[in-house]
Amino acid sequence: MIVQFFVPHAVGTQGYELLLQWARIVGAFALVLGIGSLFRTHWDKIRRRRPQYGYSAVTLLSFGLMVWAGIVYGTGEGGLGQRLTEMQNGTAFEWLFDNVQVPLDATMFSLLAFFIASAAYRTFRARNVEATLLLVTAVIVMLGRVPIGEMIYEKMPEVYEWIMQYPAVAGKRGILFGVALGSIATSLRIILGIERSHLGG
Amino acid sequence: MGELLRKLESIDRRWIYLVIFAAVVIPFLMNLKLPVGKHSPSTTAVHDYIEQLPPGSVIQMSFDYSPASMPELEPMAKAVVRHAFEENHRILAMTLHPQGALMIRRALDEVATDLNKEYGVDYVDVGFKPGGVAVILGMGRDIIRVFEDMDARGEKLSAMPMMRDVADYDDIALMIDFAANSLPLAWIGYAHERYGLQIAAGVTAVMATDLYPYWKSEQLVGLINGLKGAAEYEELVGAPGFGVLGMSSQSIAHLLIILFIIMGNIGYFVTRRASQNRT
Amino acid sequence: MADAEQSSQLIILGLSLNPQVVGLWLQAALTFAILSFLIGDNPVYKFAEHLFVGISAGYGVVIVWKQAVLPLLIFKLLPQLGPKPDELADYWVLIPGLLGLMMLARFIPRYDWLSRYPIAFTVGLFMGAGIPAVVQMNLLQQAQATMKPVLGLGSIEWGLALSCLVVLVGVICTLTYFYFSRPHEGVLGVTSKIGIWFLMVAFGAGFGNTVMARMSLLIGRVEFLLYEWMPIVSVHLSKYVQ
Repeated sequence: MIVQFFVPHAVGTQGYELLLQWARIVGAFALVLGIGSLFRTHWDKIRRRRPQYGYSAVTLLSFGLMVWAGIVYGTGEGGLGQRLTEMQNGTAFEWLFDNVQVPLDATMFSLLAFFIASAAYRTFRARNVEATLLLVTAVIVMLGRVPIGEMIYEKMPEVYEWIMQYPAVAGKRGILFGVALGSIATSLRIILGIERSHLGG
Repeated sequence: MGELLRKLESIDRRWIYLVIFAAVVIPFLMNLKLPVGKHSPSTTAVHDYIEQLPPGSVIQMSFDYSPASMPELEPMAKAVVRHAFEENHRILAMTLHPQGALMIRRALDEVATDLNKEYGVDYVDVGFKPGGVAVILGMGRDIIRVFEDMDARGEKLSAMPMMRDVADYDDIALMIDFAANSLPLAWIGYAHERYGLQIAAGVTAVMATDLYPYWKSEQLVGLINGLKGAAEYEELVGAPGFGVLGMSSQSIAHLLIILFIIMGNIGYFVTRRASQNRT
Repeated sequence: MADAEQSSQLIILGLSLNPQVVGLWLQAALTFAILSFLIGDNPVYKFAEHLFVGISAGYGVVIVWKQAVLPLLIFKLLPQLGPKPDELADYWVLIPGLLGLMMLARFIPRYDWLSRYPIAFTVGLFMGAGIPAVVQMNLLQQAQATMKPVLGLGSIEWGLALSCLVVLVGVICTLTYFYFSRPHEGVLGVTSKIGIWFLMVAFGAGFGNTVMARMSLLIGRVEFLLYEWMPIVSVHLSKYVQ
């Protein structure tokens, strides 16, 4: 594979393509693996009547509903099922995605706005030089990215860009080089069989 | 004073939640409309690159995000789609993220209908393609083959007029990755470095710091960064939307967070001095 | 929330309720259900949370089935079902199919070991493809970008040259901080200290941008409530007022 990268269209191209296709099929099963273990956890809770097993029923029922809407009624990809005529924009599956999954997912993550505000008040302390440097940079970045920062000091966006393009890039590149060198070492260890933890052994 | 600070420090966090919620809602209710301000060079770089492409170029867009990061990425995706269509470019839409499959339709279909673009001629949606890096590498050899000659609707790609001009990366003028994860790095590593595909990224602000080094090294042609980037792009194409609309609330929220940091630190220093005096 | 759910059921029975309007009410109800967590954990939030997990998992199954398993596996074995009915069946895909099934052996403790083979296959394949990509994109290109502007000073303006020098010094100092084979004393002590400062600026920039991103997420929800849901609410209200 390493040889492949530097010498495209050389021997092994055919076999390489086949391997890539295989990897994609195996990858699809990995997703099934995750969902399978979720199913098992909740089914177990219901079977053993663990406390609050009703919520597990909610999960399994909504899972069933979505699969039913997607596979029995079709996702709008034609061929496999009829469309619900009442759903003006697409199908029942799209309707459930837009009106159930989207608001739940988006709101779940919007909670982070509240948590980071609380953390800003409680935990971000200028305990030493390093922490102060971090906080001052953060404050400049926050001001440099919004209109009001530009009203406070006209050149704020330029200051933001300078920090992002020079000192921050320097720090990031330092990490990149460190990580690149480290990951090459790890890869070689895995290939040579010195490192086996990813096999769970 | 010290007593007050101590009380403030142990305040119920729900008050903080309430204040931050108010800081976001009130600017909308008061119809506060602050100007978006100077455009970032990384955003205009993407805009200018699309502008100089010959009409009819194929721009590939990968919508690698889920509803969780929709507020930042959907406005910018819509603005870039609009720009590409207005310049008469064609769009090949795809995603390597399962949740992206339906995000494509939200960002693409509405704008396409608005501008009278025809499916299969002006744009194609191939949906979710599993396999990550394997897909990126495979596209460099044969795009239709790696997509199994099937679009997101189950139709044959090879029968579509637009796909007659698209064999591999050589036929793609620019690839834009809208992502809330590290997938832009995979695109740079496997499509740009290996096949010379030109890449731009539209990312959440969280990812921006990680991607600046690649823009500075010209491995990315440009970078649209967070809600500000989205607002800038909306202005550049003259179609203000949720990006521009949100910037006033963003201003007030940032001021409030900075105020929180300052108040928290004043409390910290006063209590620390008090405890030092006691010992 | 119960109202909204009932209404969506009524649509399936064929009653004339606009699914878009019902959808907007449902979205708003679920948005408030999740936000209620801020006041404290409660049954409404728990319900919404479990609904989310189920719906997302169901979504995943549908998309993987329709856009991965069907085209990559089933249509290959049984082409008459797919878009290319005249093609010959490709039995080679049985091999990765089998590897995939071996992955699922994780569920049966006795055959757990079977799952190691597909994992070894995938890890091996991507490690092989990964090393050259990492070298090229993170080492060679980034190192070149760090050196280039400094080496070609001649025609460049001084401000820019100075900024590029900042990058060069920063990268070197940061790397010395990661160099653990010798104690950080003397010159190495100074450079690694400066390296930490550069790291702090990078983290600070990352943190500032993260605050921005988190606030945007909340702004997105508020925009939905105010500009998509509220107009519907005011239509309903105006009916009552009249």
